Amino acid sequence: MSDLADIISRNEEQIRADWIRDMRQTVQRADLMSKTELDEQCATFLNAVVAGVRGTGSTDVTTAGWTPAREFLEGISASRARQGFSPTEVATFVLSLKQPLFAAIRHDMSKSQDKAFDAIWSATELVDRLALITTEAYIATREELILRQQQELMELSTPVVKLWEGILALPIIGTLDSARTQVVMENLLQAVVSTNSKYAIIDITGVPTVDTLVAQHLLKTITAARLMGAECIISGVRPQIAQTIVHLGINLEDVTTRAKLADALALALQMSGRTVVRTTAAAAAPKAILAGPLAKQEG
Amino acid sequence: MERIPVLRMGSLLLITIQVDMHDKLALQLQDDVTSRIAEWGSTGVLIDISSLEIVDSFIGRMLANIAAMSRVLGAETIVVGMQPAVAITLVELGMSLPGVRTALSVEAGMELLYGAGAGFRTGSDDERDQA
Repeated sequence: MSDLADIISRNEEQIRADWIRDMRQTVQRADLMSKTELDEQCATFLNAVVAGVRGTGSTDVTTAGWTPAREFLEGISASRARQGFSPTEVATFVLSLKQPLFAAIRHDMSKSQDKAFDAIWSATELVDRLALITTEAYIATREELILRQQQELMELSTPVVKLWEGILALPIIGTLDSARTQVVMENLLQAVVSTNSKYAIIDITGVPTVDTLVAQHLLKTITAARLMGAECIISGVRPQIAQTIVHLGINLEDVTTRAKLADALALALQMSGRTVVRTTAAAAAPKAILAGPLAKQEG
Repeated sequence: MERIPVLRMGSLLLITIQVDMHDKLALQLQDDVTSRIAEWGSTGVLIDISSLEIVDSFIGRMLANIAAMSRVLGAETIVVGMQPAVAITLVELGMSLPGVRTALSVEAGMELLYGAGAGFRTGSDDERDQA
């Protein structure tokens, strides 16, 4: 093992030069990273590898002696993932170290084949393990991104709007799963309390499919609202969904449903003892507005 | 011994639960409510649970029991002011309290019991409409 460390430190300059040259030929992304930055990263990483091999005497990169190298690698992998490098490009940063390493081993150990073979095996093992670390760090960064976007999406997609004094609407867009139902339920019930609303309209126009699970989630929300003293109306039931509900045998007998949000609002207004009346003044208003500019033009 | 007060408001009973419920308290409350309905001839019972933060299946069953008992005695029960968290918990426990009527506030509950426009108006809703 110490052989490997010796070889690396003896040929450090040469290895680094070869390595950078190789990388530039294969995957260097001049649009994403400057030459000096790459050189700096290579030098720092190579030093960390030498320190790792020297310190631990093994290629087991999970040990404490390898921590600086590991952390450095994770750091650049994560930053490259954010910059938009592909997984291949990130892994190649480490994997392209192999060829210059092998060349150095061949050069230094031409006398003993056995020794050279041992050194090559250690080098391969080491580089592969380091490459796996970059891939893991890359994926972890991406996962983080996906998770954050999921959360943002969830928060964005469950607004509760007030349609009238005492009437709320909750337009649901996207599929309802357990986690989202929880957020929807909490938002709706909180809004019911804060606005003191007796009627809540759940609009499912934006829900692509309604299966038994989604229906169960909806019923849960409706029951919870009822327990608090608010009544729910489901609106936006498309003909296709109405058919699915009946075919699946979902019992929505106790739930008021309407085809359109407008119908549901009319029903809620009616149930709260209000009627919508068209006044003559309002009917005449559009004419007056139209007449204004037209009259001017004619004049 | 601590006891949950049962207040008389005209033909209604008002019960405000503000302490943690336990078996004895619940049984005592059931006794009190049924005997008060019989004594005063109340036609409605309002149970205000707006200050109740934690609920379990026991309290859920107690509410359903009181509602059923009152109905037998000719009084309608309305549970008012349930908190969102409490409602979610009850639903998760599978207790939808089918026989219990609910309202958002004591005011709304009274309106329900007296019937819209039958001598008792809270007024606030109509004032807002006119404004």
